[in-house]
Amino acid sequence: MLYNEPSPLETRVLSRRFGKPNSASIDTYLADDGYKAFLKASKMKPEEIIEEVKASNLRGRGGAGFPTGMKWSFVPRNSPKPKYIVVNADESEPGTCKDRLLMEYDPHQLIEGILIAGLSVDAHAGYIYVRGEYRYLIEILDKALAEAYQKGWLGKNIQGTGFDFELYTHTGAGAYECGEESALLESLEGKRGVPRIRPPFPAVVGAFQCPTILNNVETYCAVPAIIRDGGKAFADLGVPKAGGTKLTCLTGHINKPGVYELPLGFPVLKLIEEVGGGIRNGKKLKAFIPGGSSCPILTAAECEGATMDYDSMASRKSMLGSGGVVVMDEDTCMVKAALRIMRFYAHESCGWCIPCREGTAWLRKLLTRFHQGMGTRTDIDLIGDVSRNMLGRTFCPLGDAAALPTISIVEKFRQEFEDHLDGKPCPFEHARHMVTV
Amino acid sequence: MTLSPQLEAKFNKLLESYPPGRQRSAMIPMLLYGQDEIGSVTDDLIEEVAGRIGVTALQVNEVLSYYSMLHRKPMGKYHIQVCTNISCLLHDGDKLYEHACKKLGIGHKEATADGQFSLEEVECMGACSWAPAIQVNYDFHHFVTPEQLDRLLDGLKKNAV
Ligand SMILES: Cc1cc2nc3c(=O)[nH]c(=O)nc-3n(C[C@H](O)[C@H](O)[C@H](O)COP(=O)(O)O)c2cc1C
Ligand code: SF4
Ligand code: FES
Repeated sequence: MLYNEPSPLETRVLSRRFGKPNSASIDTYLADDGYKAFLKASKMKPEEIIEEVKASNLRGRGGAGFPTGMKWSFVPRNSPKPKYIVVNADESEPGTCKDRLLMEYDPHQLIEGILIAGLSVDAHAGYIYVRGEYRYLIEILDKALAEAYQKGWLGKNIQGTGFDFELYTHTGAGAYECGEESALLESLEGKRGVPRIRPPFPAVVGAFQCPTILNNVETYCAVPAIIRDGGKAFADLGVPKAGGTKLTCLTGHINKPGVYELPLGFPVLKLIEEVGGGIRNGKKLKAFIPGGSSCPILTAAECEGATMDYDSMASRKSMLGSGGVVVMDEDTCMVKAALRIMRFYAHESCGWCIPCREGTAWLRKLLTRFHQGMGTRTDIDLIGDVSRNMLGRTFCPLGDAAALPTISIVEKFRQEFEDHLDGKPCPFEHARHMVTV
Repeated sequence: MTLSPQLEAKFNKLLESYPPGRQRSAMIPMLLYGQDEIGSVTDDLIEEVAGRIGVTALQVNEVLSYYSMLHRKPMGKYHIQVCTNISCLLHDGDKLYEHACKKLGIGHKEATADGQFSLEEVECMGACSWAPAIQVNYDFHHFVTPEQLDRLLDGLKKNAV
């Protein structure tokens, strides 16, 4: 059963098998072009695979949007060290719940993408790092791996191609920061998830100090279609500098929340009105987070003419992010939203560097005070100042991820902060109360 | 310490999953799978894992305190995790959490006296489009209303007797 009804406006490439009977089984996959792209890639030169991925204009789907083909080309293929393929299945960016479906409904598509990545850099082992909470997915993935080994799509001399590949699942145990690529690699080595200094980047010094491709689940899942139908066909689905489709998680005050696969460049208002069926209870849109809580928030006015792609969001000083769309209606208290978002970052800060560890804790306190009606006028500016002082001064991007949305909320919804001053109760009665802080 | 045959097999498979000399990689999975069976990360489990991967108990302790799913204290037989992060908050996840506190008479990371239930307010767990969401141990429940939560908890209570 699907979690939500598909929308007729979707372009289902990666999700085309979602909801089919036994979609996770290798037989279903093989009957529907499964592993054909791997066979095709096994006859290509590694450079040709990477060229095809470059031609697809695929950009990383984990949040940062780095061009995937370029990332793969940085791996020193001829290095005498072993190379690794690592899958970021940590999915913990608030608002994001799409990698889960890719693994639940179509684990073999992911395995095939990993194999093709392996061919492109001469890697023979891979790890799928799955967040600890997704235990049921580890079971699904382990079953899929066993099927693939049994039918000769993993292991030694895969289908007579001479290519060997071993693939493993690895569980995390609760830590948002372990989704950050270098912290993930530390965690994979049995350590605390404290990020590494870069350069060197994982392409050169990654898992077990060896060259590594590290991508998001959705990024690998796009690869079989790219090799099967050609990079250009994938690129043509999207906009000029960003190819293909994006799994978009509609969350918040929307009539039809759900995960939808839409071409890059899809208009934001059409996403809300037509795919999502509009705002719940006929309310008006107040604010929009394009791709997870780390992205600067957009006002309703800024959503006019905006499209779901990297450039359109960058021109509005936000980011496409991870695909976790959060829709907020006119009755949302932005002070409470800012506080809840900051509580998350303060909780997840790994504590390694001071601007992030202290900044997030301080901001959480300031926002709590505000929400309780005890803020002062100077605090409004202080929230902005503390946040801006974190920007670019932290060891990993979590600091910016905490600061950027906060700055955007204070700047764009300053009036709501003023409305909480002088002991006035929160104007939104339902939002007055917040449990633990 | 003696492990169940399933856990023993799991540990052995984990030790073979990483490159030679990199057995430390198995630490976090071993601790989590061990906790699932034993109920918490006990001193014995720490010693056992440390011995198998060739590090000291202190090194294991240092790592495990980083990970929010690893508990040194036993949680309830049913660990109720309520998400109050942004997408769930917009669907009154905070009120759902508070409802759970009242219903169970316990707070964040506490367990009921009979050891049946424990409660935790958690961060986003990847169920945002189906908010508000909770997890009971590893099982997801989506679009949870306070009434549904009551029914679910009452059902689990009956199971327990
Ligand atoms: C704090 C933090 C958390 C992150 N969490 C995730 C995550 O859960 N999943 C993910 O794929 N990428 C996450 N990323 C991005 C990764 O660092 C990395 O850019 C990504 O996995 C690369 O894959 P891609 O190029 O395919 O997107 C996170 C980054 C930061 C800074
Ligand atoms: S920015 Fe935050 S999460 Fe990143 S290293 Fe510094 S303290 Fe850790
Ligand atoms: S915000 Fe609750 S599951 Fe994501």
